[in-house]
Amino acid sequence: MQSETTPAPAGKTLPGNEAMLSVRNMKKVYKTDGGDIEAVRNLTFDLKAGELACLVGPSGSGKTTLLKCIAGLMAPTEGEVLLDGVKVSGPPKKMAVVFQEYGRSLFPWMRVRENVELPLKNQGVPKAERDRLVDDALEAVGLAHVPQSYPWQLSGGMQQRVAIARAVAYQPEVLLMDEPFAAVDAQTRADLEDLIRTVWRKLGVTVLFVTHDIDESVYLGERVIILSSSPTVIQEDLTIDLPDERDQLNTRSLPRFTELRHHVYEQIQLAKAGHRPTAAAQAGH
Amino acid sequence: MQPLTPIFDRHSDRPLADEKSSGPLPLPRSFPGGEKPRPGKMRRSKKQLPGLAGIIGFLLLWELIPRVGVVEPRFLPPASEVIAALITDFSLTAFWVAVGETMLAWAIGLMMAIVLAVVLGFITGSSMVLRKFTNSTVEFLRPIPSVALIPLAVLLFGVKIESTLMLVVYASFWQVFIQVLYGVADVDNVAMQTAKSYGLGTMARVRHVVFPTALPYLMTGIRLAASVALILAITAELVIGSPGLGREIALAQSGGAISGMYALVLATGLIGVVINLVMRFIERKTLSWHSSIRSEAIV
Repeated sequence: MQSETTPAPAGKTLPGNEAMLSVRNMKKVYKTDGGDIEAVRNLTFDLKAGELACLVGPSGSGKTTLLKCIAGLMAPTEGEVLLDGVKVSGPPKKMAVVFQEYGRSLFPWMRVRENVELPLKNQGVPKAERDRLVDDALEAVGLAHVPQSYPWQLSGGMQQRVAIARAVAYQPEVLLMDEPFAAVDAQTRADLEDLIRTVWRKLGVTVLFVTHDIDESVYLGERVIILSSSPTVIQEDLTIDLPDERDQLNTRSLPRFTELRHHVYEQIQLAKAGHRPTAAAQAGH
Repeated sequence: MQPLTPIFDRHSDRPLADEKSSGPLPLPRSFPGGEKPRPGKMRRSKKQLPGLAGIIGFLLLWELIPRVGVVEPRFLPPASEVIAALITDFSLTAFWVAVGETMLAWAIGLMMAIVLAVVLGFITGSSMVLRKFTNSTVEFLRPIPSVALIPLAVLLFGVKIESTLMLVVYASFWQVFIQVLYGVADVDNVAMQTAKSYGLGTMARVRHVVFPTALPYLMTGIRLAASVALILAITAELVIGSPGLGREIALAQSGGAISGMYALVLATGLIGVVINLVMRFIERKTLSWHSSIRSEAIV
């Protein structure tokens, strides 16, 4: 697969069958009337089962493009995405996506419960099982008290919780999140970050969390994948060696947190300035 | 007791022009059909007072004009006479038969138009190619006033309910069709991608995403079509002479029963009001979640 002449800058990869999600030499070119736009040049990385990885990059670095290709909502121009060893060619069953625009992602004509229930109903999950999954999911996000409300009767943070509950009830093996907290206020965002950590640990799901917020990526992830500016390659694939137990006050005041944050920030600044990783820099991987 | 405003509804005071005028304007997201948001229930009873006073004033004026001789009573009988004639009508079987015939043509025609428009609208609306392909044809056919088809209807069906149906279906079809096209085009990209990512197939997406999105537009289209269908039903009966209230009006006029004629005209107006009320009621019930109807409340 790998081209001989231009070694692809790559993220961490895993041997053969250990990866839950594999992105291989992915390239995406948008064809427009004004010519081709290369949004993503070459991306390769693996996520192992149960990992929580954050994807950060300067704005316009093709984060959403990458996520849509992984979600099977868009076909990559070159390369492929493998979910549990199977090539993704449409939205896979084992995957759930939480979008940034919760107001548009939740259906206003359905009550909270119906929104969470719909994907299960569509799959033909029996009623009793469905009820249990929906109840558990709403409980998990702390919304057990509003199943009969409409999404638009809830605050922004609560709406995004509903969207998370919908994803949780769907029992995915991989959870993709596209800047899910970009549109909520800072306090709610902190709560939701902790909610994601809790849900992730409870379910053992593999999470790919796209964000533009550097602090958020370091706080949440076990690993941060930093993207270059467009056309996108991987700038750095960084392991976050913070303790597993994280909380908003203590984790964020750890010297190591500051170091990591500092490092990611620097890399993003470099990426913005147009710096691109050389093949040699990637040789270590 | 009933809100009286619909009498002055913009759809009923401009009969035939209306089927052309409510065309494809770019509709604001929150008010499909360009409708203004409705006042809350609390304010409605107070709001009825000026409307009620207006009606009473109008009836008084109508009573006075022939009585003082501004207009001869044989052209315009006083309101009291017309209302008395209408009350008499209410006790006549023939009147109710005529109402039944008009309502039958209205209901069948409207149903046919809605079914046709929904099916064709969803198919056309979901395909960019089909939309481009049909656009100019639609823009050509839509402005043809239904009444221009009267000679054709008579040639094809003679003096029967089918003639009425043809005009009703033609006129109401476009109202619904255009709205459905706009509704289908309004489907939110994120909502669609959400549905796709959760594995909803084409039919499930139409049912759970496209249809609910288009529903407010569809309801507006149906309400407009319901008014237009009544106008066309009466027109067809009046001009062609197919059975119904329209023909009764023509007969009363030629028979010199002027009060009776006015009573029938009043009856058609009342039917229009009732139709509008029923349609608004249905709209409110089906679209309780929609931003033009719901009341925002944070739990």
